[in-house]
Amino acid sequence: MPERYVVSIDQGTTSTRCIVFDRRGQLVSVVQREHQQYFPKPGWVEHDATEIWRNVERIVPRAVAQAGAGPEQIAAIGIANQRETTVLWDRRTGVPYGNAIVWQDTRTDSLVDELARVPGVEAVSQRSGLPLATYFSGPRIRWMLDNTPGLRERAERGDVLFGTMETWLVWNLTGGPEGGIHITDVTNASRTMLMDITTLEWDPYLLSFFGIPASMLPEIRSSAQVYGTSRTVLPGVEIAAALGDQQAALFGQTCFAPGEAKCTYGTGGFLLLNTGRELVRSTHGLLSTVGYRIDGEAPVYALEGPIAIAGSLVQWFRDRLELISTAPEIETLARSVDNNGGCYIVPAFSGLFAPHWRSEARGVIVGLTSYITKGHLARAVLEATGWQTREVVDAMNADSGLALRTLKVDGGMTSDNLLMQFIADVLDVPVVRPMVAETVSLGAAYAAGLAVGYWPDLEGLRQNWHRAGQWLPAMDPQRRAQEYDNWQRAVERAFGWIKQPLA
Amino acid sequence: MPGLVQSIERAAAILRLLASSAGRLGVGEIARSLDLPKGTAHGILRTLQAVGFVEQDKTSGKYQLGAALLHLGTSYLDVNELRSRSINWADPLAARSGEAVRIGTLLEGKVLVVHHVFRPDDSLQTLDVGALLPLHATALGKVLLAYDASTAATVLRGELEPYSRRTLVNPRALARALAAVRDAGWGAEVEEMTVGEAGIAAPIRGYGGLVVGAIGVSGAVERICDTKGQPNPTLVAYVRDAARAVSRDLGAARW
Repeated sequence: MPERYVVSIDQGTTSTRCIVFDRRGQLVSVVQREHQQYFPKPGWVEHDATEIWRNVERIVPRAVAQAGAGPEQIAAIGIANQRETTVLWDRRTGVPYGNAIVWQDTRTDSLVDELARVPGVEAVSQRSGLPLATYFSGPRIRWMLDNTPGLRERAERGDVLFGTMETWLVWNLTGGPEGGIHITDVTNASRTMLMDITTLEWDPYLLSFFGIPASMLPEIRSSAQVYGTSRTVLPGVEIAAALGDQQAALFGQTCFAPGEAKCTYGTGGFLLLNTGRELVRSTHGLLSTVGYRIDGEAPVYALEGPIAIAGSLVQWFRDRLELISTAPEIETLARSVDNNGGCYIVPAFSGLFAPHWRSEARGVIVGLTSYITKGHLARAVLEATGWQTREVVDAMNADSGLALRTLKVDGGMTSDNLLMQFIADVLDVPVVRPMVAETVSLGAAYAAGLAVGYWPDLEGLRQNWHRAGQWLPAMDPQRRAQEYDNWQRAVERAFGWIKQPLA
Repeated sequence: MPGLVQSIERAAAILRLLASSAGRLGVGEIARSLDLPKGTAHGILRTLQAVGFVEQDKTSGKYQLGAALLHLGTSYLDVNELRSRSINWADPLAARSGEAVRIGTLLEGKVLVVHHVFRPDDSLQTLDVGALLPLHATALGKVLLAYDASTAATVLRGELEPYSRRTLVNPRALARALAAVRDAGWGAEVEEMTVGEAGIAAPIRGYGGLVVGAIGVSGAVERICDTKGQPNPTLVAYVRDAARAVSRDLGAARW
């Protein structure tokens, strides 16, 4: 019998990747294609959803061919996607209404300020599990309905469909205007601010608060469940999973038990902690979100701490300050000195995310003396990612009552040994890197394979996970406490920088 | 005697021109100064840019001498860059071979371990990135020595410390072993460092074939070698595939 595989589509912020995995969870082939980023105004970020769909049509058959397989050898398709990016399209033609609004886009900031003053706003966070912020999809839908002539009327007539990227791809894969299935998975739905985080259904209160017609919304499904059969790209293959990319990484890292956590270090950093069947409401600045739901089982919740700036601080150091010529050189420069020399960088370039949520904060470099060299600055750049992780972990421990015992890491920055050691040092727990770096794609593949019985159960998936590297804490506790205190005082100095202009 | 290579003469002239110029020069200016067709000058400049000897200003498009020329004598590939570029190939090598993977470069007469992937059996292992290993008693070291004549000469003149009964302590035997590495394109070590352990390694090459490091697997001798005590050919093939994949990535990209 020929080998069978699972296909994973990772629809990310800058590119879409298709990876074919085998039964051991090993990567067999990968094809990637970037899409255009549109920045029409300061703070605006858009994608062309049609371009992204065309990329999927192109790369999926190519990846399967590279694996030397035919569609009949594909057991299932799983999708992971950039979260909170919002597409609206015409139900009959499949043509999007303008570009998709990307998760980094802050055009809804004044709308969000307005909504924050509407009576009844107190219930919004309680019901959705999220703070009212520009980050989530709900306000974006409202903005599009308000700012596209005639769109609200069409939406109320039922002609307009809303989706995040997984919804858009599943609808197109299953036939588009000819019978396409309009669904979203529960992890993506949990990032709209429109879903009741306890019942996992669209919440009429939230819909009316944001002024969004229910007819636009996709049906909420589990993360691992057969949604339908692909009618194009890989005809006849079942589409069996969808998860937001960070939740997919949690799944790919096999964080299946309460208390298990992973952090993905890319442009930003995203730490997710499995809190099990229990919804933990954060009182320390974290997001309550759905981790995943396997069809027929209760949902598994997660606490999330997003850090806006991690790897992008290294990019800034390279491209704007031009102190290094490639990102990995930051480690070489940082190792040219023994410590930070008393210097700290708080990268609040567009405010601070978790656990502070201070949009008026801006970046600071403190502790400058004539002693400081570029080596100390390089240390401070790496340490900023370590301390931001520590702040999120402290908040998680306080919210969940579970003390983190190990941190599983993935993403591009895990190749930086100095940083990984520093994270272990400041968290005082082991930091572990898995053998398969592509945890987002792997998570989507795992969920899909599980739904169709390609893999038997979660325990079977755990056996695929292997440790590729581990960093153990080695910092003197007193020094850790002293440095953390310095960092926290540096953060305070970043607060309150942006003020309303003087009248 | 073979003739001189014209394109290298022209490249040298371009470098002299840039070195003596007060500011950056455009491709047209360079072509006119040397009386070369613009396309020829452009082709040479692009090659020099790819190897880091010239840099192009993003806004004006003009050229100047590259930073790589200033430290021609020192290692031209940053070790952290080497780790970052090889990490996606070292993981699959560990997964396929079932053994621990290390990547090493030359540092002051030793092998510097720049990357280490655990053996995928979840047993207790410690990262030894930053450790220094002997050149003559490890597979990584023998491969690095085989392609570095000057370091090899120094090592062959000095005392070869015995780590086990099988360590190559005779300079002539070591020289023969290095020649065998160059012939085969890979190297091995069987119980020469530690009794019961063996390793296989292959060179990682950058531009023009320059060896910038070595990648290899190591582990218990009964897993690394076949029943005759020879390195397992399947593992050798895995190691060489991984080394070629990293080399392709290094040669294909610009930095």
